[in-house]
Amino acid sequence: MSNTIHVTINGIALEVEKGKTILDAANQAGMIIPTLCFHKDLCIAGNCRVCVVEVSGQKRLAAACATPCEEEMEIQTNSLKVRNSRKHIIELLLSEHNADCTKCYKNGNCELQELASEYKIMTQDFLRLAPMKNYTIDQFSPSIIKDDSKCIRCQRCVRTCAELQGVNALTVAYKGDEMKIASFFEKAMNDVVCTNCGQCVNHCPTGALVERNYIEEVWDAISDPDKHVVVQTAPAVRVGLGEEMGMEVGSRVTGKMVSALKRLGFNAVLDTDFTADLTIIEEGTELLNRLKKALKEKDNSVKLPMATSCSPGWIKYIEHMYPEFLEHLSTCKSPQQMFGALVKTYYAKARKIDPENIVSVSIMPCTAKKFEANRPEMHDSGYRDVDYVLTTRELAIMIKQAGIDFKKLPDEKFDRLMGESTGAGVIFGATGGVMEAALRTAYELVTGREVPFENLNITPVRGMEGVRQATIKIENPLTQWDFLDGVELKCAVAHGLVNAQKVMDEVKSGTSQYHFIEVMACPGGCLGGGGQPIPTSPEIREKRMEAIYAEDAGMPLRKSHENPEILKIYQDFLGEPLGLKSHHLLHTKYIGRDRL
Amino acid sequence: MVAHSYQLKRADFIFKNENDWERILDKMLKRPTRELINELMSSELKGRGGAGFPTGLKWKLTAEDPSDTKFVICNADEGEPGTFKDREILTKVPYKVLMAMAVCGYVIGSNQGYIYLRGEYKFLVPELNKVIQEFEYYCKQIGHDFSIKIFLGSGAYICGEETALFESMEGKRGEPRNKPPYPSSNGYMGKATVVNNVETLAHTFTIFKYGAKKFYDLGVQYSRGSKLFSVSGDTPKPGIYELELGMSLQDFVNEFGDGDTKAVQVGGASGFLVPRKRFEKTTIGYRGKLTGISLPTGGSMMLFNSSRSMYNVLDNYLEFFREESCGQCTPCRVGCQQLHFGIKAVKRGDKPAQYLDKLLKLTETMQLTAKCGLGQSVANSFSSIVENFREEMIY
Ligand SMILES: Cc1cc2nc3c(=O)[nH]c(=O)nc-3n(C[C@H](O)[C@H](O)[C@H](O)COP(=O)(O)O)c2cc1C
Ligand code: SF4
Repeated sequence: MSNTIHVTINGIALEVEKGKTILDAANQAGMIIPTLCFHKDLCIAGNCRVCVVEVSGQKRLAAACATPCEEEMEIQTNSLKVRNSRKHIIELLLSEHNADCTKCYKNGNCELQELASEYKIMTQDFLRLAPMKNYTIDQFSPSIIKDDSKCIRCQRCVRTCAELQGVNALTVAYKGDEMKIASFFEKAMNDVVCTNCGQCVNHCPTGALVERNYIEEVWDAISDPDKHVVVQTAPAVRVGLGEEMGMEVGSRVTGKMVSALKRLGFNAVLDTDFTADLTIIEEGTELLNRLKKALKEKDNSVKLPMATSCSPGWIKYIEHMYPEFLEHLSTCKSPQQMFGALVKTYYAKARKIDPENIVSVSIMPCTAKKFEANRPEMHDSGYRDVDYVLTTRELAIMIKQAGIDFKKLPDEKFDRLMGESTGAGVIFGATGGVMEAALRTAYELVTGREVPFENLNITPVRGMEGVRQATIKIENPLTQWDFLDGVELKCAVAHGLVNAQKVMDEVKSGTSQYHFIEVMACPGGCLGGGGQPIPTSPEIREKRMEAIYAEDAGMPLRKSHENPEILKIYQDFLGEPLGLKSHHLLHTKYIGRDRL
Repeated sequence: MVAHSYQLKRADFIFKNENDWERILDKMLKRPTRELINELMSSELKGRGGAGFPTGLKWKLTAEDPSDTKFVICNADEGEPGTFKDREILTKVPYKVLMAMAVCGYVIGSNQGYIYLRGEYKFLVPELNKVIQEFEYYCKQIGHDFSIKIFLGSGAYICGEETALFESMEGKRGEPRNKPPYPSSNGYMGKATVVNNVETLAHTFTIFKYGAKKFYDLGVQYSRGSKLFSVSGDTPKPGIYELELGMSLQDFVNEFGDGDTKAVQVGGASGFLVPRKRFEKTTIGYRGKLTGISLPTGGSMMLFNSSRSMYNVLDNYLEFFREESCGQCTPCRVGCQQLHFGIKAVKRGDKPAQYLDKLLKLTETMQLTAKCGLGQSVANSFSSIVENFREEMIY
């Protein structure tokens, strides 16, 4: 049987693979069919109906995204019938929509707005339904704002939360004209299982789900002459920001980003990668301690596998879904929060600045980090450790507001003290990166030799497979670690919370053999984070990932324990890994939560 | 000139008590499945649940699916306003439906049947379960592996749409799916499934017992057999009547009207309104070709006399659709609101009379683009009422 099908699109003959939809075929033919509910990351919904096309011999129009091609199909994507219907549908969506675009956070990056503009919908013949509705705005979460008046009911968020994250914090409620997207019993998103990962924000075509922004607060701090405003930037920001500035996907803009931050007026531009390196030292030591207790001292109370704790979306997820496994989490804070705690202690002391006057800002690819910074326990410096968290998108807005021509910026370097990092810190931005960085250090610590992978690239833990496993056999360790001789260290890496669920269910059922698992809440890891530029897609994440590994490969130092500033901070301030000071500033506790 | 050669004919198959269903079942289970399919095909029985799909073909397609697990579902969601016939069937002759399901299971290769029962019919459950028990007991005795479970709906009209019904049974929100794929290959739990209306199944009993010809001889071309009609509204004799298909609406009104019938809504809210001047020319059956109009969706016939405001009737239907749309697709969810609030705005004088034309255009779009039969059929009542009673909409 042949595997191809013959169709014509607007008269052009085409051969397409069996099983492809009309939308796929049109793309193949270079025809663009507008879509709203369609998203490459998600299953097909076919509910917005803007992608309707005419198929010869069929009475009704077909939704291109949901209709498979059939042999001899003759498809019209721009007939009068199609145009009129599409226009009607856009008009209908607008009539239900709070179309006060100039007051919308997503103005300029909204798929509905774009369509309205494309089809030049300039009159409002239908009744305005939006004012007749009791739309609510949920602003209780420190991470996400949900504004129902902007919602077009495409259910992309619902599918995202279910299919990518397995969380189901957002579902469809009611029917008919009252149908809406709601959390459990219409509680505030802050009061339900929502992990604040922001994937819904990243997949929302309009302004219905956006990050809670702190742009004005940060401008105020910068403008306050009494404040010393310190900014840290997460690894994934440098491979995403360029997209917001009109550059190609996958552009590496570290130097330009630093330059822009300096021009925005931050007093010190530092690097979260530094505390990523620090995390490796602390977490690596913690893992080795657990292994020692379990394997040498035969202590049954030791919790293995140990799980990474850098992703605050993952943390909130496990707190809700697997509260009985909290002790499996590394007690390490995320790099952002380690950084925050150190800025108002170590950094303040070294720079002789009153921590009271320090405002600590972080630029993150993440919306969950906003929630994390807001957690009551994150005050170990004696102050709120991180004052404001901005997403990559918010930073882009500030750069544009400041009138900075980003592409023309020179490359600049991070300021010192907590600005030095290694390639190991950079790869925290990709799924598998923490695992790879940890292995680079732990293996060397234990054996005195580099990890046995070409150019230090631990390829088995890299890639986009939802769950990846790797085994590293330890041979000829240093005497201190002789109990590890011949041990096969078993690791698993998961990204996207549906995949985390798979690994956790293995752990729960007792069938897991793992020693160490890395979980990142977002698909692709932080580079696909909820605070990264919109749109997102598997291809986009792939390019950002290539950029991350290129960044790593280009670094002079690629192992966390070789970072001179790390050596210095232990010498001058922390003493030793898992020491008293570390314990106080760099480690934390977790809280079991309801499953609402 | 032949005025109307056809007269209103009563039929009495559905509710006729047959005390030999065991014997018929035995007989059917011995016949080759191909033969049973042919029997159904030659009867030209079409689905009585709304879409009018040929029942024999539906069984055939499902029988041909290679799946190892298949299901038979009896659609007893009966949500169309003005229909109440399925309830009667399940009360009076439930064994006919059960037997038909078992035969269907035999034909398509399924040993599991479900009755998707409208939530409001919960009171039927104890009695129905008793009959099912007896029925399953008999099946066991004769060595036929088939069981039937009742699944209770929870009151949403849309769950009567077959794919929304699957979703609902799977524990999900009752939202229609994209088609294709069709139930004959991807139904309940993604398996090949036959969904038939209660009445459709009851008719197959007649066909299996008396042969296809008996059924075929009733009715007219394209519209064979008899059908239950739920008669309501301004009529001296409301109730359920089994009538041969192919009658003219005039004959129907002569029989059931109160002498002052101004219009008849054929097929419930998703059907058409026929004004008096078109009674003669309207034939009740499955195809528009016979000067008539299309299918009598669940078989609801609602008569209106001159005291009725057609505006109120439409207002009522549109409110129903506005609320009963599942809300997932744009043309239906927003379209229904625009239509409903639109006629109110015209009535109030907030919009000019010409706005009705804009709304008529909108119903065309809904018909062309809505995801399921609900949104697609709102145009039927809207355009037939607005076009025939435009003044009543405005003044
Ligand atoms: C909105 C909507 C509601 C429906 N409700 C019912 C119903 O209550 N009962 C029913 O038998 N079919 C209903 N149908 C039709 C079913 O989708 C399906 O076509 C039918 O059950 C098939 O059975 P049949 O071939 O025996 O008619 C409905 C369809 C739509 C679009
Ligand atoms: S047409 Fe109406 S009922 Fe059908 S899928 Fe669309 S919104 Fe739901």
